[in-house]
Amino acid sequence: MSKKLNLTLHVWRQKGPTAAGDFVKYPASGIDDHMSFLEMLDVVNEGLIEKGEDPIAFDHDCREGICGSCGVMINGMAHGPRKATTACQLHMRVFHDGDEIWIEPWRAAAFPIIKDLIVDRGSLDRIVQSGGYVSVRTGAARDANNIAIPKDDADLAMDAAQCIGCGACVAACPNASASLFTSAKIGHLALLPQGGPEREDRVRRMVLQHDAELFGSCTQHGECEAACPKQISINFIARMNADFIKTAVTANADLKQREGQ
Amino acid sequence: MELRSNVPSGPIEKRWEKHRFDLKLVNPANRRKSTVIVVGTGLAGGAASATLGELGYNVHAFYYQDSPRRAHSIAAQGGINASKNYQNDGDSIYRLFYDTVKGGDFRARESNVYRLAEVSGNIIDQCTAQGVPFAREYSGLLDNRSFGGAQVSRTFYARGQTGQQLLLGAYQALERQVDAGTVHTHGRHEMLDLIVIDGVARGIVTRDLVSGEIRPWLADCVVLASGGYGNVFYLSTNAKGCNVTATWRAHRLGAAFANPCYTQIHPTCIPVAGDYQSKLTLMSESLRNDGRVWVPRDPADATKDPRTIAEGNRDYYLETRYPAFGNLVPRDIASRAAKKVCDEGRGVGPAVDGERRGVYLDFADSIKRLGKSKIEERYGNLFEMYERIAGENPYETPMRIYPASHYTMGGLWVDYNLMTTIPGLFAAGEANFSDHGANRLGASALMQGLADGYFVLPSTLAGYLANFKGPKIADDHAEVRAAVGRVNERLKRLVSAPKPSRTPDSFHKELGRLVWDECGMGRNAEGLRKALARIPELREEFWNGVRVTGSGAELNQTLEKAGRVADFLELGELMCLDALHREESAGGHFREEHQTEDGEAKRDDENFTYVAAWEHTGDLSKPKLNKEPLTFEYVKPAQRSYK
Repeated sequence: MSKKLNLTLHVWRQKGPTAAGDFVKYPASGIDDHMSFLEMLDVVNEGLIEKGEDPIAFDHDCREGICGSCGVMINGMAHGPRKATTACQLHMRVFHDGDEIWIEPWRAAAFPIIKDLIVDRGSLDRIVQSGGYVSVRTGAARDANNIAIPKDDADLAMDAAQCIGCGACVAACPNASASLFTSAKIGHLALLPQGGPEREDRVRRMVLQHDAELFGSCTQHGECEAACPKQISINFIARMNADFIKTAVTANADLKQREGQ
Repeated sequence: MELRSNVPSGPIEKRWEKHRFDLKLVNPANRRKSTVIVVGTGLAGGAASATLGELGYNVHAFYYQDSPRRAHSIAAQGGINASKNYQNDGDSIYRLFYDTVKGGDFRARESNVYRLAEVSGNIIDQCTAQGVPFAREYSGLLDNRSFGGAQVSRTFYARGQTGQQLLLGAYQALERQVDAGTVHTHGRHEMLDLIVIDGVARGIVTRDLVSGEIRPWLADCVVLASGGYGNVFYLSTNAKGCNVTATWRAHRLGAAFANPCYTQIHPTCIPVAGDYQSKLTLMSESLRNDGRVWVPRDPADATKDPRTIAEGNRDYYLETRYPAFGNLVPRDIASRAAKKVCDEGRGVGPAVDGERRGVYLDFADSIKRLGKSKIEERYGNLFEMYERIAGENPYETPMRIYPASHYTMGGLWVDYNLMTTIPGLFAAGEANFSDHGANRLGASALMQGLADGYFVLPSTLAGYLANFKGPKIADDHAEVRAAVGRVNERLKRLVSAPKPSRTPDSFHKELGRLVWDECGMGRNAEGLRKALARIPELREEFWNGVRVTGSGAELNQTLEKAGRVADFLELGELMCLDALHREESAGGHFREEHQTEDGEAKRDDENFTYVAAWEHTGDLSKPKLNKEPLTFEYVKPAQRSYK
């Protein structure tokens, strides 16, 4: 049945965006190994509140690995040691009694720290604003079965569309690149006929926005794929790059003009 | 209070069309002069914001998460219903309408349900056009499955992540409007009060969850798409942040709250593992297609390795009691049956607070029949999820499941236009009470959220705004200042309780346990009276002893929680009052005193065929009951039978 663990946490505490931060040591004792990682933090926080201390701030919501709210570096790994698992779905049975655990926020220039483990990921929303959609008005759609889409294409599009926008790919990347995130949306829409008309415009605008947000470039370390809780393949980065390079030749004059080239 | 449903007359299949024609339109040039506030960016709020933005209105969207893509609609797994009849298996708008009215145990408004079925097909068209990667057949056409006991295959799905894909479609449409400058998003903002001027909703007061700033936002109308109140139970499948505050604050200012006792308990969730448990995880109901539900006949076998329990000592209770539907009976029935066997002491799994609350969902037979690879293909991701959480391998040992709070059918009372009893205040999606009656069918929540957001509100809001002639309001209007004052005063009380001793979560857990025990899957007058005596005491203890660290002028998650718990402490009482007054069983509301001889829900159509719309009176323990009678012109009430 369940085991009890006694752990030592080193948690990044930072009061605000401009304040200096540091690791603070907390004991976490009597932790049931069936707890999730965030439930372990809950227990520590309840203890802090009872002592009148400021609890550790961290983002979380659905706690079933789909909303993408949570995400912290656990011992230097985005979302912790278990493959294809968000921090909320990580359970304490992967740890051992006596372990020391280092917990930090995502670190990237494009993700400023708000408080403790919470960062501002608004940059990801702005990448989507710059073309991560199909421009179809409500009510303008024709019958859904009017266009047949090969099952393999639809399945591959779904592989990319699963991205939960947590930012682990950025945190894991030595360049703090959001290429996996950006390419997943571009790849999802490029694989479907509905995304066809805006394909060139989309890839150019989204990649330029990605760079404007101060995300780094992809140099193919592959850390993003390894950290991705949805196991999105870096092949989508290759697809994005191919599309982007192609548009350098084919993009129409209007598009380049809008970009000020 | 007068409840005017504003349902159009005439044949039901013409009502929505006729109504849309009768509604006034807003001239395109005038739309940008109308400001609309939308609270919540789930399927209903996200779809409404995007569509209203496209139409040219000036939209302000508020959400407590950091991004509109994280609203809890994202967690829906199974699918979305639509009466496309792509399978040629006899589906139609009328059949979807009929099934939904019957599934809701004849406690929903027929006209609203018909409209829902009518626009369901457009939703699939819209989402497909947006690039939602629905599952497809080898032909390249859309695939469907049968879901939640339906006899036709009308459920569209995107693997086990349908809610995610639909929400991302709405989110992308919304971000497109942000880029176009029509929608302004306000993330990490929580609505803490409503601004009502001359009886009309004119704005909201929010707290910026990062800076702590309290400020008013003014508009020509307000849409609440802030979800349901399932987190009243503390443990539920809802996201941790889901709360009732937006709708409850509106209720306190005059919006009637309808049928709060209609809550849905989903039968297939992973059981509670310990007292530290923070939330419950749902396992898709599709598992019941191939899993067999059982418990040991003898309570003494509860702790044995299930694989060693002989076939003859197992009780496959759903198959025995409901031979026609077996393991696929609707949610409310499956949930109650699980509770019953656990109440008999035959539950399995670890004991929490001295009780074993779990039943087996066993795939051994299906694995034998179809092979492990087939089961893996169908449920691989779910089995993995289970293994990750429970630490057991379901290919080898049966899963353990138990019901958990999942969805709330009750919500703000709305008319056919989705307008509440406060003019100018609309409620959409799970936040309203409109379409599911006393029980929601599987794959219908996504349908309703998107129907409200994409198709209903854009028409009905125009009808309201075209006639709207409210004066321009400034931030220093007395009512605006009063609303801001209320919020500030309440926050001050939360951070300075006289004898701070307990955390907000500890109060929430106590309330949740109480409401779960007395107003959960089974309710009786004695238990409800007990809860009704205890909740006001608990509320007093809360305001006297809640411990909130830090101040309101910073990011303070403890304060956020405390405010939400304070509202659940008020709503919980109304739920119990509603459950006590409804002397019948219907759908998710099962009064133990009102059951048939074989233990099924027994409705009292003569006395309870109405919507209970509760009006706040200033005294939380004495709300006023208003009734909207329900009439069934098309689907004649009958006992739901799944035997």
